[in-house]
Amino acid sequence: MSDVLIASQAPGGTDLSVPPGASGARQFWRRLRAQRAALVAAGVVALLVLVALAAPLLTAIEGQDPTTYHPDLIDSARGGVPIGSFGGISGEHWLGVEPQTGRDLFARLVYGARVSLGVALAATVVQIVIGVVVGVAAALGTRWVDQLLSRFTDIIVAMPLMIMSLALLAIVPSSFPRPVLVAGVIGLIAWGNIAKIVRAQTLTLKGLDYVSAARLSGWGTWRIARRELLPGLAAPVITYAAILIPQNITVEAALSFLGVGMKPPTPSWGQMLTAADVWYQAAPQYLLLPAGALFVTVLALTVLGDGVRTALDPRAASRLRVGTGRRREAKVASVTAAASVTTATSAVSATSVASVTGASGASGESGESGGAAQGGAS
Amino acid sequence: MSLVEVTDLTVGFGELRAVDGLSFRLERGAALALVGESGSGKSTVASALLGLHRGTGAYVGGAVEVAGIDVQRASDDELRRLRGARAAMVFQDPLSSLDPYYAIGDQIAEVYRVHTRASRRAARARAVEVLDRVGIPDAGRRSRARPHEFSGGMRQRALIAMALACEPDLLIADEPTTALDVTVQAQILDLLHTLREETGMGLLLVTHDVGVAAGSVDEILVMRHGRVVEHGPVATVLGTPAQPYTRELLNAVPRVDGPGGPRPRVDGPGMPRPRVDGPPAAVGGTASVTASGGGASVAASGASAGTGAGTASGASSGTRPGTASGVAAGAAVEEAPSAAVVLEAVGLRREFGRGKRAFAAVDDVSLTVRRGETLGIVGESGSGKTTLGRMLVGLLEPTAGHISPGGGVRPDVQMVFQDPVSSLNPRRSVGESIADPLRARGERDEGGIRERVRELLERVGLEGAHYDRYPHEFSGGQRQRVGIARALAADPRVIVCDEPVSALDVTTQAQVVALLGELRRELGLALVFVAHDLAVVRQVSDQVAVMRGGRIVEYGPVDEVYESPRDPYTRQLLAAVPALDPAVAAARRATRRAARQQLAAV
Amino acid sequence: MSGFMGNGSTGNGFAGFVLRRAVGVLVTLLAISVIIYVVFYVTPGNVAQITCGPRCSPAQVQQVADQLRLDDPLYVRYWHFLEGLVAGQDYSTGTAVQHCPAPCLGLSYQSDQQVTELILTKLPVSLSLVFGSMVMWLILGVGTGVLSAWRRGRLSERVLTGVTLVGVATPVFVIGLVLMIVVCGELELLPFPQYVNLTDDPEQWAWNLLLPWLSLALIEAAAFARLTRSSMLETLAEDHIRTFRAYGVGERSVIGRHALRGAFAPVIALNANNVGSAVGGAVLTETLFGLPGIGRELVHAVDVVDLPVVVGMVLVVGFFVVIANALADVLYAVADRRVVLA
Repeated sequence: MSDVLIASQAPGGTDLSVPPGASGARQFWRRLRAQRAALVAAGVVALLVLVALAAPLLTAIEGQDPTTYHPDLIDSARGGVPIGSFGGISGEHWLGVEPQTGRDLFARLVYGARVSLGVALAATVVQIVIGVVVGVAAALGTRWVDQLLSRFTDIIVAMPLMIMSLALLAIVPSSFPRPVLVAGVIGLIAWGNIAKIVRAQTLTLKGLDYVSAARLSGWGTWRIARRELLPGLAAPVITYAAILIPQNITVEAALSFLGVGMKPPTPSWGQMLTAADVWYQAAPQYLLLPAGALFVTVLALTVLGDGVRTALDPRAASRLRVGTGRRREAKVASVTAAASVTTATSAVSATSVASVTGASGASGESGESGGAAQGGAS
Repeated sequence: MSLVEVTDLTVGFGELRAVDGLSFRLERGAALALVGESGSGKSTVASALLGLHRGTGAYVGGAVEVAGIDVQRASDDELRRLRGARAAMVFQDPLSSLDPYYAIGDQIAEVYRVHTRASRRAARARAVEVLDRVGIPDAGRRSRARPHEFSGGMRQRALIAMALACEPDLLIADEPTTALDVTVQAQILDLLHTLREETGMGLLLVTHDVGVAAGSVDEILVMRHGRVVEHGPVATVLGTPAQPYTRELLNAVPRVDGPGGPRPRVDGPGMPRPRVDGPPAAVGGTASVTASGGGASVAASGASAGTGAGTASGASSGTRPGTASGVAAGAAVEEAPSAAVVLEAVGLRREFGRGKRAFAAVDDVSLTVRRGETLGIVGESGSGKTTLGRMLVGLLEPTAGHISPGGGVRPDVQMVFQDPVSSLNPRRSVGESIADPLRARGERDEGGIRERVRELLERVGLEGAHYDRYPHEFSGGQRQRVGIARALAADPRVIVCDEPVSALDVTTQAQVVALLGELRRELGLALVFVAHDLAVVRQVSDQVAVMRGGRIVEYGPVDEVYESPRDPYTRQLLAAVPALDPAVAAARRATRRAARQQLAAV
Repeated sequence: MSGFMGNGSTGNGFAGFVLRRAVGVLVTLLAISVIIYVVFYVTPGNVAQITCGPRCSPAQVQQVADQLRLDDPLYVRYWHFLEGLVAGQDYSTGTAVQHCPAPCLGLSYQSDQQVTELILTKLPVSLSLVFGSMVMWLILGVGTGVLSAWRRGRLSERVLTGVTLVGVATPVFVIGLVLMIVVCGELELLPFPQYVNLTDDPEQWAWNLLLPWLSLALIEAAAFARLTRSSMLETLAEDHIRTFRAYGVGERSVIGRHALRGAFAPVIALNANNVGSAVGGAVLTETLFGLPGIGRELVHAVDVVDLPVVVGMVLVVGFFVVIANALADVLYAVADRRVVLA
């Protein structure tokens, strides 16, 4: 089996023939459903979201809340270890209580999901809004606007997210609502890559013949941007958002772990980890629960992100990115996107090849299928 | 024993049967061409000869014997010894077929060492030797360059050099010139011819271009849907084709050496109704075929201007009486030399880049387009023809010069694009795309818009019911028709067609060209037809402009330019066009040699 | 038509590219310093009070305000800051006058220490951590990627893919915490890390950094494994691979020579891009293992709101990230000369 001639095999065994009239969304669901891992991950994510949304309800059922101290449940003589076996697990406290404070662990965990998912989602929204606006403006604006925005994006990309948010969070007065602040800071610092992707994709789309045709039809720029360009941005933006969400969850947890993210008494997984560090022998679940929750959440979101990317056909996406001729900008963007995904592409080399070849008469054999890249290059 | 013996070869990919019971043999030193349109399975056969389907999950049945090795039953090692050493393959796209990261000489040396166990130094020397052999000047130095530093033609030479390195008995060339300009194509074909004469190796040429095959091989095998349609000596198959499909194929091929008198016209129904749901490029046997075989004076498509207006419109309204009349209100305009000028460009210039890198893609180009007339613009890649086309429709602003009527994009000058894939928004139904110009000019009556789009769809040979379908449901030819309908929706006076048929199979190409001719006549349109294919341009044009390096080197009535070209470049171009008659092809080869010397002397 | 194209790409073009890149680095650094300066010194609240610290007397606060020239317009203050960076500066701390030599990043009013000095003492720790870890993640990551591309479709590939996925999904502080608890706490294979200078005792230096290296490297390695694998598979699907197979070149050479070469450039690009995130990871690792590096110091400075230290450290880290990016760009161009043609 040494002589494998690898045809273009999409991962996840896709290549479903499209029934007549199938819209992009339907096709997307079909492809997503075809991947078992992604389905399981989607289920887990749905469950997590549900838990986060229903946190007050769940804790009400348990009859606890995340902030009440229970000094009666901890053994101050032994340094604050919870009374009872397994960290104080009981019918009242399903997962036991925190050492030293005696706060209910279950309540803190489910409220932690709320904070974690909420902050990550909000940060992602901020990133995408800024990224899309800047990217589209750079691609459609004048040369001068493009230069300015692109340089600015470069600078933003060069800023290390953790360091900057650490520093920024330090100087903002603590009276500011913390979750909003954390989401805002992450969102404001880490939008560079998405802006680059959006810019490259918009440039590619702008060069496509159907956009030229729309111009010849007599439509104005705004209408063309809305009808012809923005729908084409959906796939890469969704794909990248799927990568950003787990990343943002990790960053929020890290910031809280360092003590600058969520502040007590707001429950947060990262912050629980810091506190649990020293208690791992006396109350192992205090450490394992937030760690496990974080792990499962990020893993499920990552797998789901992979699935989304596969379903949106990464090959087509990368082929579209080919031929913009702005490869250095596209490079970092595509590489970051690629880093966390199974089906990354070396869009760079393809780009160079495409533009070196330039336009040539389309071929007989491949003319019908492979024309997109050539069209972009000429 | 034959060099290649293929018996009942069948290759299937899942449900699809790409090759179906194919048999042929190729003697030592002989040359055979596999000719067919896309999807005919010809490239699959080429891969099967080297056992390249092994391990891909493809089903391969039948027997394949190459240079005494049973490819089907050979071990992996035996197969590896066959590949490159006894039978070598040259691929279509020379850039992507070479590793971008290594020097060309090193890549050739690597292949040589695999088969000969030669020392590094000896292999390197061999690489330089074969590079020199295929006509790469200063081969020693250039062997250290990487593929992107070579031009297209040079790359293909390098790939041929790689094939020659181990002195194989068989050379398999899979569309070796498809990605190249016509003059470069001629050089590569000449090179293959010379090498074959000198080394006596067998040649299996896979091509979609009958003209390329005609000049290069002894035998021709026409394929369709994975089966043999016709097989025989070149002169017989091309001269007196026995099968309807072969005739159809030949008739669809545009001829550059057109007739001196009135230009070719459609005999009988001009345009077969395409089967929309059929496989791409699957043209039913409905196309009209002129029974008179072989001669260069027959072409089926391209009913165009020179013919009398009466007969032409008669023929076409006979084709589709119901649909044509609705649209073609002002049809059949009698054209006179003094017809109104609808588009005029004076001293056009367009620069790209700034500072030192600036270059003029189009330089000092002036032209005139009259009502009902087709202006052909022909040139090789990099000649500036596409840039010129985009300036004419207003998509690009000229750096200097002016166009009248000017003012950027305007509805009365429309465009048909080259690439059927990217010219339609995949997320919108074709009806919506066609309706764009109507809505853009302010029409609000939904019923009226739909009705008009249906009319247009039918006018271009599609069905009105296709309004709600999406582009991916159409074949390349059908998508081009949609593109034409969209251009028509704006009620243009001029349509600029930028390589409208270069991505299409030859039979589809003929139909689209015929459609454009019909529309021009019936609607009194003016066409600007931008293309690299000299034959197609001759077929459709009244006037022709030959471009090179951004300038027009020759401009005049089409017959005059083609019959008695004045510019040496035009002559070189014309001499490079492959001829269908093997005898003519041989004569052209001689002409080319002379022309090249002459051009070098200038 | 068959001439040479793009011949200016090797000599002059490459030098020009490096020069352009160098200018770009300078501009970016300047811009970053402006942004950081503006953001941190135009914060809401009393900057002098924040800078000096909560325990400062009004007199001290006034002194700090004078030092920072808070009465001057912002651009003058920034210019002054730049001046200090290039030429050095004098600070008066109550009674004595302290000279802060050339790359002067200012003075911590809370610890009376010069920021540059502080950073210089912490830098070796952070560099040891990041570079050692980088060696690890490149070897681990690229190795795993090559292996899983090579074993494509087999069980071993699935296992590797699963492991890397878990690696990608585990935050660095979780991995570090688990490693520390298991290796140092439960199994007692290693002592809890304690930084030892490389120059003092190289062996102890490596031993003590082993766990921090590993925690930081595992996550990055997972990302590299995924990228390497997919780049290689992408390359394997390209036409030129088909060429070499069709010429009888063995699979070992096809994968080891041609496919791997295609993964080079993306890996370099990712490595540059990940320097930023690795620095973030380093902060967490240092905090977790108690290594006295820049990251831990930064967390401390943030805790007590020691503005000059925060600004200085953010600038220094930004400097390293920008330089790393530029270096990678040049390396990338060497790896893929076609880029220079653009």
